[in-house]
Amino acid sequence: MAKSLSKEKKSGFLPAVKTLSKSIREYKKPSLLAPFFVALEVVLECFIPFIMTLLLGAMDYITSNPENPNKLSVKIIGWIFKNGEPNLLITILYFGFALLLFALLSLLCGALSGRFCAVASSGFAKNLRKDMFNKVQDFSFKNIDRFSSSSLITRLTTDVMHVEMSYMMIIRTAVRSPFMLIFSLIMSFTINARMALIFLCTTPILAIGLILIMRKAIPFFTRIFKKYDKMNESIEENISGMRVVKSYVREDYEKEKFHKASNDVKNDFVKAEKIIAFNGPLMNFCVYAGLIAIYLVGAFLIIDSNEQLLKMTELQSFMTYSFQMLMSLMMLSMIMVQIIISTASCKRIAEVLNEQPSIVSPKNAITEVKDGSIEFENVSFKYSSSATTYALSNVNLTINSGETIGIIGSTGSSKTTLVQLIPRLYDTTEGCVKVSNVDVKEYDVETLRNAVAMVLQKNQLFSGTLRENMQWGDKNATDEEILHALKLAQIDFTDLDRRVEQGGANFSGGQKQRLCIARALLKKPKILILDDSTSAVDTKTDALIRKSFREYIPETTKIIIAQRVASVEDADKILIMDGGKITAIGNHEQLLKDNEVYQELYYSQNKGGDDNG
Amino acid sequence: MARQMSMRGGMKGGAMKGGPRPKAKKGTLKRVLSMLFSNNKRLMFIVFICITISAITGVASSLFLKQLLVHIKTGLADGWDAALKGIISLIVVMVTVYGTSIICNLIQTRTMAKVTQGFLHQIRTNLFNKMQSLPIRYFDSHLTGDIMSSYTNDTDAIRQLVSQSIPSMYSALISVTTLLVIMLTSSLWLSLVMFLGVFLMILITKKVGGNSAKYFIKQQHSLADEEGYIQEMIQGQKVVKVFCHEQESKQNFDVKNDQLCKDATSAHTFANILMPIMGNLGNILYVLLAFIGGLLVALNVNNVTIIGKVEDSALFIITIIAFLPISKQFTGNIAQASQQINSIVMGLAGASRLFELLDQDPEEDHGYVTLVRCRIDKDGTITECEERTGHWAWKHPHKADGTITYTELKGDIQMFDVDFGYNPEKIVLHNVSLYANPGQKIAFVGATGAGKTTITNLINRFYDIADGKIRYDGININKIKKADLRRSLGIVLQDTNLFTGTVMENIRYGRLSATDEDCIEAAKLAYAHDFITRLPDGYNTMLTADGGNLSQGQRQLLSIARAAVKDAPVMILDEATSSIDTRTEALVQKGTDRLMQGRTVFVIAHRLSTVRNSDVIMVLDQGHIIERGSHEELIAKKGKYYQLYTGAFELE
Repeated sequence: MAKSLSKEKKSGFLPAVKTLSKSIREYKKPSLLAPFFVALEVVLECFIPFIMTLLLGAMDYITSNPENPNKLSVKIIGWIFKNGEPNLLITILYFGFALLLFALLSLLCGALSGRFCAVASSGFAKNLRKDMFNKVQDFSFKNIDRFSSSSLITRLTTDVMHVEMSYMMIIRTAVRSPFMLIFSLIMSFTINARMALIFLCTTPILAIGLILIMRKAIPFFTRIFKKYDKMNESIEENISGMRVVKSYVREDYEKEKFHKASNDVKNDFVKAEKIIAFNGPLMNFCVYAGLIAIYLVGAFLIIDSNEQLLKMTELQSFMTYSFQMLMSLMMLSMIMVQIIISTASCKRIAEVLNEQPSIVSPKNAITEVKDGSIEFENVSFKYSSSATTYALSNVNLTINSGETIGIIGSTGSSKTTLVQLIPRLYDTTEGCVKVSNVDVKEYDVETLRNAVAMVLQKNQLFSGTLRENMQWGDKNATDEEILHALKLAQIDFTDLDRRVEQGGANFSGGQKQRLCIARALLKKPKILILDDSTSAVDTKTDALIRKSFREYIPETTKIIIAQRVASVEDADKILIMDGGKITAIGNHEQLLKDNEVYQELYYSQNKGGDDNG
Repeated sequence: MARQMSMRGGMKGGAMKGGPRPKAKKGTLKRVLSMLFSNNKRLMFIVFICITISAITGVASSLFLKQLLVHIKTGLADGWDAALKGIISLIVVMVTVYGTSIICNLIQTRTMAKVTQGFLHQIRTNLFNKMQSLPIRYFDSHLTGDIMSSYTNDTDAIRQLVSQSIPSMYSALISVTTLLVIMLTSSLWLSLVMFLGVFLMILITKKVGGNSAKYFIKQQHSLADEEGYIQEMIQGQKVVKVFCHEQESKQNFDVKNDQLCKDATSAHTFANILMPIMGNLGNILYVLLAFIGGLLVALNVNNVTIIGKVEDSALFIITIIAFLPISKQFTGNIAQASQQINSIVMGLAGASRLFELLDQDPEEDHGYVTLVRCRIDKDGTITECEERTGHWAWKHPHKADGTITYTELKGDIQMFDVDFGYNPEKIVLHNVSLYANPGQKIAFVGATGAGKTTITNLINRFYDIADGKIRYDGININKIKKADLRRSLGIVLQDTNLFTGTVMENIRYGRLSATDEDCIEAAKLAYAHDFITRLPDGYNTMLTADGGNLSQGQRQLLSIARAAVKDAPVMILDEATSSIDTRTEALVQKGTDRLMQGRTVFVIAHRLSTVRNSDVIMVLDQGHIIERGSHEELIAKKGKYYQLYTGAFELE
């Protein structure tokens, strides 16, 4: 199981992204609007220092009438005042209004993109969770076995959260930063191409440096996250196994073990983060080097050309642009780490979404189960195609409708496997299972499972009221029906509003088992399967439950797996199983007469009673 | 139902219990800081020095522009040569300042990586160590997922707080202060405009940031609610399939999922729009400054600074040009700081929950009697020794006279009139007395909830008795150190908890010094050898996810092997064979009986076959021992025991 999973993990990141992107659906529009408005915001924002340069140029032109005025400024002044005398105050007002407009529009665009981004990323996350949850609901037992429940939970929660964060950053910050960088560059070229060349020199150095750092850090991070996950798994194991830890006085041993694991994680993190730590200084270096170059070259140009080639007022814009570039690069490097974290999450989510449910209803499925007869024809079964041994081999069995069948056998004799084939929780590897003379594969899955009620060995109640739990068996069950079912299962609760805590933690083992039986009875099944479902119920109550089965559901086929001979002794047929085979079939008297295993079991369990009875 | 569920969800996070908002307790920040500083005094000092330097140098760069502009003015008037000297010395200063800044930045980030990870390591180990010291009661009353979230979510929130929020806030504070000084020394008028703008920015941060934090907390609630649902459904997935409950399960999920999406959208909207608002307010302020500055120049107003310098309008323009980037930096810093609000709120809430766990009272232990290896002479004198002798003794120091007595460890356990309740209002054991002599096998039977497991919880002191006395080899068990007490007991529980590792490692957990042969021997005794050898890698097979690749019965066999290798004088088997078929159980029993010859064994089971060959069987009913005796005696008595186990036959 673990092997096949790890193999898939190696599959590419891009196919995983493709799988995930199918879940964007109705959030495509905000997903596109968010980057659009961000781009708009950047453009508007980048115009502000540009206009500012024009304003300063205009002010300069009007107040001191220099030899080489900013031509664009002069043009605008000409446009404002036509051929009249330019007025400083009015000029400032015009420019001020333009600047304010740009700032307000930029604010609006920024806010809109923020909103769309929130809608898109939360919606995408919602769809991912929904798709995954729905997928898991459609899983067959075989699919469920492939993923452990804790890994499914992590995929549905933490992994989706990582992807959501990345998505938010990708449609906003990851658009904003490069855009800001490029547009700042363009604007600086518009103001003064010579000076902007300086940025063209520093930016590639920066880009190459960042790529080198990331390439060195990424493998570190991937390794760390694996270690980190492992560490958390072992903590969880420790919490649930606390009684064992304390019983064996292993607190210090565990502490030491954990200290080592935690320290290991720490050291790796420090190493990786120390590499990442070069990001900031590298960026600062590029920006500061650029700045010094701007100052030096700028000063020379201004003085040498007497403000022909560069004006003092333009220097200010260059500084602003260089800071904007710095900011955008910092943002970019910050989101890189987040995106790296989420690549692993992406793949893990894609694994669930790409898993094909192995059992689905056929076309033209039969939607009625006529009676509770069961037939096994040459049935063999193994849990995975790569398994070398069969869990069941060559089972042939006929059960008539309404019969009571007992199954007994040692641990690992595949009793559970056998009965799980009846409601088609697994598909047979060879041969076929028929219910009411029809191959189970021809039924609509829901029809079949509604007709075959199974009380699992590892059963569970769910948080809610008692009534809600019982209604799992029958959505429309009335209180009377529920109370009747409870009575049949030998439970005397009358308060159906009683709370059931998660996993039924507020009921004892025996009560839980009986509640699960009642829940199954409410399905009014054609076939009822109890998989060791009365192990925590005392023998007397156990017998009473079987008695009520006989009296109230005589037409239902009952299959009872048990450890206690007493639980199956009154069955019509008792199957003895061993190593995936049925070794004997007969009723109590027959088996007691000529089956050694049964005799041994019976006498070992009843010797006391017989000796004194 | 949805409403009830969400209420339950709200209860999940530890700190949320009191009210709807997981507000951090007062003093949490102080405690985080003092933890951070106390262990890294030197490193933190370096970090803060570096932050201070790089913040100031970052700000100082805005001063250079004005300097440069002055030099250029000279150059324009008197030629390049006149300006050159000034410009060169300015560049030298810039290179020095920026160089220092870059070096400080590098030192700071690298040191911070070390500090942060060290801090997280410290928190994790503190948590883990604390957890190991907590009484079982804590684990019985808290969900595993809730405790886990301290290690994951809360720790992560603290990481954000320590590694990003605190340094950024500090850096912003230094920058803002420095910029303030520069601004005031540049122009009083423009500074006044700035103050007005910043006041507005702070107001907006409070409003938007407050909303954001509110919705983030709401989102946490619906997240907890949904996670709870996911956990329950996924763990019960097979039941869902058997009952064809997929549709309902999907529908219920959709309701929760939509709620979460709604809250997340609100939370992220507020967080997302904060930055554009702040950034563009900065822009507007920038425009306003240029506008007002221009106006002042146009009106020929002289510039005034806080140090009393007065500039005319010609110089004023240069001041304005230099002032504009400063204003941008100032607002930029405030915007950056505002981004940290969510992280700080969440970080402090996380820290508050963490501290709650760290402040739990540890398991109390006032025991002073210890277990030591010993040599027993023919005349019965006991001498303590280091090497393995197969004999153990209780070392009992007497405070009154300073003497030490040794009592041989035999496994004699007596209970006198023990009363106990998991909470004071509800007593589950009444007046329980029992005598278990060394070598005896004592069984407890009774319905679920009758108090069988409770008795064992008292013997190994997972819980302490309310009234009565328990004596172990004649010593009051309250006087025995808990670790030594438990070392003398081998316990196999119904819920087998195996750990990630090989089969061999799991068995060796019982006794770390056990050799491979010892472990295999124990496995044979527990009848586990057979199936282990059939595993893909035999004893080296890796067990994962609580031994998920083994059946419940196989796991029980392994945990019996684990207890067997411990080789303790007293053994408690609490439904240890409940998932093992009766035939295998008989074989296991033969093995353990051989192992436990001459030692005390407590057996808890509801299965007749498990307890029948016990020396004494106690029948428990609602916390009272109602019958006691051997199997034969009890059957003959035809009392409750007889009813319990023959009830099925009576019905015939």
